Amino acid sequence: MSARRLLFGGLLVGCLALALLFLCLPILAMFVDVPPGDLVSSLGEPDALDALWLSLRTSLAALAIIIVVGTPAAYFLGTRSFRGHSLVTTLIELPLVLPPAVAGIALLAALGPKGLLGGTLEDAGIALVLQTAGVVVALTFVAAPFYMRQAQEAFAAVDRAQLEAARTLGSSEATAFARVAIPAAGQGLTAGLALAWGRALGEFGATLMFAGSFPGITETVPLAIFSRFALDFTSALALSAVLVVVSAALLLSVKLLGRSPLLGGPG
Amino acid sequence: MRKPSPFARRATPVLPASLAIAALAVGCGGDDEGEEPLVVSAASSLETAFTEYADEAGIDAKQSFAGSDELAAQIRQGVTPDVYAAADASLPYELHAEGLVSEPVIFAANTLAIGVPEDSEIRSIGDLAEPGVKIAIGAPSVPVGSYTREVIGRLPGPEAEAILDNVRTQEPEVAGIVGKLTQRAVDAGFVYATDVVAAEDAGLRAIRLPASLQPGVAYGAAVVDGAENPEGAREFIEGLLEGDGAEALKRAGFLPPP
Repeated sequence: MSARRLLFGGLLVGCLALALLFLCLPILAMFVDVPPGDLVSSLGEPDALDALWLSLRTSLAALAIIIVVGTPAAYFLGTRSFRGHSLVTTLIELPLVLPPAVAGIALLAALGPKGLLGGTLEDAGIALVLQTAGVVVALTFVAAPFYMRQAQEAFAAVDRAQLEAARTLGSSEATAFARVAIPAAGQGLTAGLALAWGRALGEFGATLMFAGSFPGITETVPLAIFSRFALDFTSALALSAVLVVVSAALLLSVKLLGRSPLLGGPG
Repeated sequence: MRKPSPFARRATPVLPASLAIAALAVGCGGDDEGEEPLVVSAASSLETAFTEYADEAGIDAKQSFAGSDELAAQIRQGVTPDVYAAADASLPYELHAEGLVSEPVIFAANTLAIGVPEDSEIRSIGDLAEPGVKIAIGAPSVPVGSYTREVIGRLPGPEAEAILDNVRTQEPEVAGIVGKLTQRAVDAGFVYATDVVAAEDAGLRAIRLPASLQPGVAYGAAVVDGAENPEGAREFIEGLLEGDGAEALKRAGFLPPP
C-alpha cells in the first residue's frame, strides 16, 4: 500500500517536473541566448519602444472596455438563470477556441469595409481597419472571453445570502453589486483580468489581418517581433524577452492586487 | 483499504487513452507507403503554381508557403525542408554562401505591379501620390517589400515621399497585401503581376509599371543541406525549368528565367 502510494507520489512529481521543463525551457533559452546588455540596448531602439508603448496603450484600452461592459454582463450571467443561459455562455466563450486567423477574418467580415457593418461604420465616420482603434477591437474580441468566463464563475460563487442581506438592509441591487459582489468576487475577477491582459499582449493573427502592421500605429510588440524575425534574429529575441519580462511583471502585479485585502474592485 | 471512488474508476483510463490519441495523431502525418513526402518551403507568391505542379506531376509534396525571408530565417535556425524556393535570387545565394543550401537555380521571373480593385479609379503609379489613397506594401524584410521600395525610390523625391506617406500597412507576406486589397481595406497594393492573375476572381486588376521602374524579380530555388530527400528535391527543381513545373509557372503568369 505505502509502496503504491510512494509510486503514485513519484508519478505526480515526475509529471510536474516534465511539465515545468517543457513549458519553461523555451523561455529560459531566450534569456540564455540574449546577453542582458543586448536586452537593454534593444529597448533603446525607437521602433521597439514605439511597439511596446502601442501594445501597452491598446491592451489597456481593450481591458477598460472589457471591464466596463464585461463585469455587469458576467454578473448577470453568474447570478441569473434563464432559458438559453448555457447557449449565451457558450456564445460568449466561442472566441476562446477560434484560431487568431479566424478571428481576423471574422472581424473583417463584420466590421471591414466590405463587411456586414462596414457601410454603417463608414457613414458614421468610424475608421477601424488599419487604425490603432482596430487593434483595440481585435484585442477586445480575443481577450474578453478570458475575463468574462472567470468573472461569471466568480460571481456565481458569491454567497447569495450576502447579497440578500445587503438588499434587505436597504441597498439597491446596484449598490449590492458594487459593494458586495465585486469585492467578494475580487480574486476571480483579477485572475480573469490577468489572463485577458496576457492574451491581449500576445495577440498576433487577428491584429495583423484586421488592423495591419505599421510602426507606431498598428505594429504591436508581437508584430514587431515577427517583422524582425527574418532581418535580425537577436533583435527579435531581445524584444521577445522584453515582452516576457513586461508580461510577467504585469501578471504578477495583477495577481498580487487580487490577494490584497485593500481590493475594492478589479484592478 | 479504501474502496476506489467511482470518479477514480472512471478517470483511470483517461491518461493512457489521451496519450494513445496523441501518439495516433502525430503518427497520422507519417508515411503510408514507406516514403516521406517531399517538403517544400516556398515564397507565398508561388502557391498557385507550385500546388498545381505537385498535383499534375503526382508529386507527394508537403508544401508550406510564407514570406521568403521568414523561410530563410527558419532554415538559418536549423529547419531543413528539402526544397527552398524564394521570390528573389539573393536570399538563396546568401544561404548558399552560409553553407546551408546547394547552388541556387534561377527558375522564373516575375514583374511587380500595382493591384487595385476592378472598379478603382487609380490608373497609374502617379495616382498613388494623391492624398487619402490607402496603400499596402510588403515589410522591408520580405522581397516584395524591398522590390517595392526599389520602385518607389526611382520616382522623383516628392512623389516617392507622397506615396510612402500613403502607406497604411507593411505586410509580412504578399498574401496579406492581396487580402487587404480584396477586403477593400486599402485602395492599392504593390504585388507581383502573378498575384493579380491569381486573384482575378476576387475582383482585382493589375496596373503595369513602366519598364524603367521595373525591378528584376528573379526566383531562385535550392536543395537544402541535410534534406531528407535530396534526390526528390533535385527532380522537383529540374521540373521547374522544363516540364510540368515550368508549365504551371507559365499558366500562373510567371516569365521564364532571364
